[in-house]
Amino acid sequence: MARIGLRQLRHSYLPNPKSEADWALKQIDIDWSDGGAYALLGPSGCGKTTLLNLISGLLQPTEGRILFDDVDVTAMPPDQRNIAQVFQFPVVYDTMTVYENLAFPLRNRGVADAEIDSRVREIAEMLDLTATLERRAAGLTADGKQKISLGRGLVRPDVNVIMFDEPLTVIDPHLKWLLRSKLKELHQKVRTTMIYVTHDQTEALTFADQVVVMQEGVVVQVGTPVELFERPQHTFVGHFIGSPGMNLLPAELREGAAWFDGQRIDTAKAPGSAEPGAKIEIGVRPEFVSLDDSGLPAEIVKVSDAGRYRIVETRCGATRVNLLVGEGIPVPADHAFLRFDPEHTQVYADGWIVN
Amino acid sequence: MTLELKGVSKRVGSEVHIYETSLALAESGFNILLGSTLAGKTSLMQLMAGLEHPASGEIWFDGRNVTGVSVQQRNVSMVHQQFINYPNLSVFENIASPLRVARLPSQEITSRVERVAELLRLSPMLKRKPAELSGGQQQRTALARALVKDSDLVLLDEPLANLDFKLREELRDELPRLFADRGCTVVYATTEPAEALLLGGHTATLYEGRVTQFGETSRIYRAPKDLVSARVFSDPPINTAAVERQGDSIVLNDRVRWPANGLAMPDGPYTVGIRPHHLTPRAAGPNAVQVSGQVQVTELSGSESIIHFDLQGLSWVSQSHGIHPHQVGDDATFYIDTQHCLYFDPDEALVA
Amino acid sequence: MAVRTTNQKAWLFVLPVFLLVAFNALIPLMTVVNYSVQETFGDNVFFWEGLRWYQQVLHSERFHDALLRQLAFSFIILAIEVPLGIFIALRMPRKGPWVSVCLVLMALPLLIPWNVVGAMWNIFALPDIGLLGRAINGLGIDYNYTQEPLAAWFTVVLMDVWHWTSLVALLCYAGLCAIPDAYYQAAKIDGAKPWAVFRYIQLPKLKRVLTIAILLRFMDSFMIYTEVVTLTGGGPGNATTFLSIDLVKIALGQFDLGPAAAMSLIYFLITLLVCWVFYTLMMRNEAD
Repeated sequence: MARIGLRQLRHSYLPNPKSEADWALKQIDIDWSDGGAYALLGPSGCGKTTLLNLISGLLQPTEGRILFDDVDVTAMPPDQRNIAQVFQFPVVYDTMTVYENLAFPLRNRGVADAEIDSRVREIAEMLDLTATLERRAAGLTADGKQKISLGRGLVRPDVNVIMFDEPLTVIDPHLKWLLRSKLKELHQKVRTTMIYVTHDQTEALTFADQVVVMQEGVVVQVGTPVELFERPQHTFVGHFIGSPGMNLLPAELREGAAWFDGQRIDTAKAPGSAEPGAKIEIGVRPEFVSLDDSGLPAEIVKVSDAGRYRIVETRCGATRVNLLVGEGIPVPADHAFLRFDPEHTQVYADGWIVN
Repeated sequence: MTLELKGVSKRVGSEVHIYETSLALAESGFNILLGSTLAGKTSLMQLMAGLEHPASGEIWFDGRNVTGVSVQQRNVSMVHQQFINYPNLSVFENIASPLRVARLPSQEITSRVERVAELLRLSPMLKRKPAELSGGQQQRTALARALVKDSDLVLLDEPLANLDFKLREELRDELPRLFADRGCTVVYATTEPAEALLLGGHTATLYEGRVTQFGETSRIYRAPKDLVSARVFSDPPINTAAVERQGDSIVLNDRVRWPANGLAMPDGPYTVGIRPHHLTPRAAGPNAVQVSGQVQVTELSGSESIIHFDLQGLSWVSQSHGIHPHQVGDDATFYIDTQHCLYFDPDEALVA
Repeated sequence: MAVRTTNQKAWLFVLPVFLLVAFNALIPLMTVVNYSVQETFGDNVFFWEGLRWYQQVLHSERFHDALLRQLAFSFIILAIEVPLGIFIALRMPRKGPWVSVCLVLMALPLLIPWNVVGAMWNIFALPDIGLLGRAINGLGIDYNYTQEPLAAWFTVVLMDVWHWTSLVALLCYAGLCAIPDAYYQAAKIDGAKPWAVFRYIQLPKLKRVLTIAILLRFMDSFMIYTEVVTLTGGGPGNATTFLSIDLVKIALGQFDLGPAAAMSLIYFLITLLVCWVFYTLMMRNEAD
């Protein structure tokens, strides 16, 4: 187990990066504490897998350093970093039994047979693989194979960090659910530092204590799931996290308040002032918009039933505003008034939150 | 245009892939096939398309028996989970390909392709090759090809499964609008209950080669015919427990009781099904009944809590708005919203 | 109205292939079967002989020797070409400009007609004027493939290895390229040494490709004819007279059509049998 530090880390896949666009990963400085659960979240091509491969040592950074417990590991190959990784597509050694698969990393490191046996059985028990230990790994289902790849990381008592690269992609939803909570349970039990890469917000938010949201090679926000949900620092985070994402309304700043369509909107903090010419937006999540007898007039466009709640799509003038309405609460047919919860309504200037 | 399956089944060797199925699909809105991998969704679609021939039964389309009519002679489009496009053709030619096969005049091809491209926001990419597009755009191209053809039957086999979460959300929102008012029957296969709900229309729940229920999506979500259908249509999984009706009460584990007013079922043993969002850390109303158990796993997303707990040997899940930071190992209290409980008889059929 | 209009036109497209296969394989094969149970002295006069030719062939020492030589040859070249092919494939670059250079170089021997290969090696290995022959003799080793059986075998094997190892290597190369990077990365992380990577990742993933390579190489080497005839003519003596060469000697040299027909059918069945055994053995573990 280890603390992980990334110092001015940059990476480019080109030999001589010149313009800003040549960098797959633009300057990253992060400190992760020992035993935490972290997630890297972002759309495809945002640089999250690049970052993961830099930490595991499968890639060498163009610039910057990587520290494990203050030891510089930047130049070390993956096997010396004592890390484990679970890939998108399950990797198992087909010809070996499940037992042999789990024992493999220990055998490679010359661990005594008796110790191998006890470790393998302990980990198999934890992963509910005991019954399949003698079976050939090739015959298992995708979730079983994914558990084996995880197990190969867990058997090593000295492992610094376990990394997951979209590990649930090929798993059926019903099993995805089980494996996801199994991962969470394991982390709560073994307390190894874990880093989880995904484009799926549910996986990231439920797994991690702290989520790093990335876009185009840049870290947009680092925060707990609650922080990301309640106070997105950037409209991208507001949009990317939450389903549907945050509503954004074009606004202007006047008299120390934000105004939308001639109406004054109460916000969490008085917005003060912004750079002249900046694009001002009001951001409020669908969870914090409700139907009311008065307020912002809106036209109801569409109501979709999501089971637990309904997603109501409305239009305030030309702006689309979504809101969530709980079971059993009636939704008017065409016109309604909307109320924004001021505590959870933010103002953004050129994408960034205004304090 | 209506598609109807009459006692259709499919066997491969000695293995039954689809048990005898009768189904009359809805003409408007989506027809969703919901089930896990290998439940038979793709097999059923292949039968509908005419790619496979049924072992028994008949397939009728628009009042005509089309059993045995080859796929080339039916007006069918299909979109797959993998992004399938012609790699060496431009986006324009990819979309135009079914029209070229139909030998339409080139002016009409151009105008139809442009119209569909506009609809799917592909207009700026018409000259590019599929490999130069993002995953979302590649799948849009495949969808455009299905749309441009004006098919009578459009089959969408998990078309969003390989897309990023946010792209999936976006395209899921657009899909029903794209196919509205086109006069074609649309069939959509998915493994995800949430996706089925949001797409609306009608849903058929599939389990191990059988269609367990078919009906209006939000109706069968709330009134699953049997326990299997309820399980297929629940994510997170539905909580179940053996209960007994004793006179005016429902009794769970000898200790928890709640009134059975208005439930039309005689005394005896039942299985209760409670969806995770009807089992919450705070009482949802006056009908809430308290249970407690030991917390096993807590998953807190920014806006909701998913708590797994052990209720005297049963693994139950609670899903609720807000953050409820229980510690693992704690004893915690949850409230069952008894108004939304489902009751199944010993044959697993819904009784109330 | 039950319209069963399954497209029947498809059969029309398959018809030419049927005719071709019949013309190509079935008719000649039936002719051979016909010959193998009769005796003929020409003029289309035939006498029924039943299984006599089969018995004669199966009991003939000449047949046994030729079969043994043939089996030994196949075994030797498989034992050399398969490991060598895998080794070369492992050493070939996966990306960069050298890939195409390598591929072209490897493909070259495969593009040369078989009789030309034989003729090339015939000259190449001549002890007096051939580069190879002179070089070996220059090392002080007495080498003359037209005189000594061992030297003849050495030359024939060397020629086949030169001609066909690239096929095995190219097939394996394709198989190796199909292994996802994640496997190598996982192995690195698990601390696997290069040998373990080969043993537990590359070799298992190559299994299907290797099965095909071994089958192809076995069938080809078991039926080898042109190159050996051009190189040694089956000599010295009968040292490199394989089944195929012997068969031609009997059929066209001695014009014993009946025994030759029986022999070719036995030959055919042996090839089929060995291939089947190979295939079943290699695919046995696939199921579980």
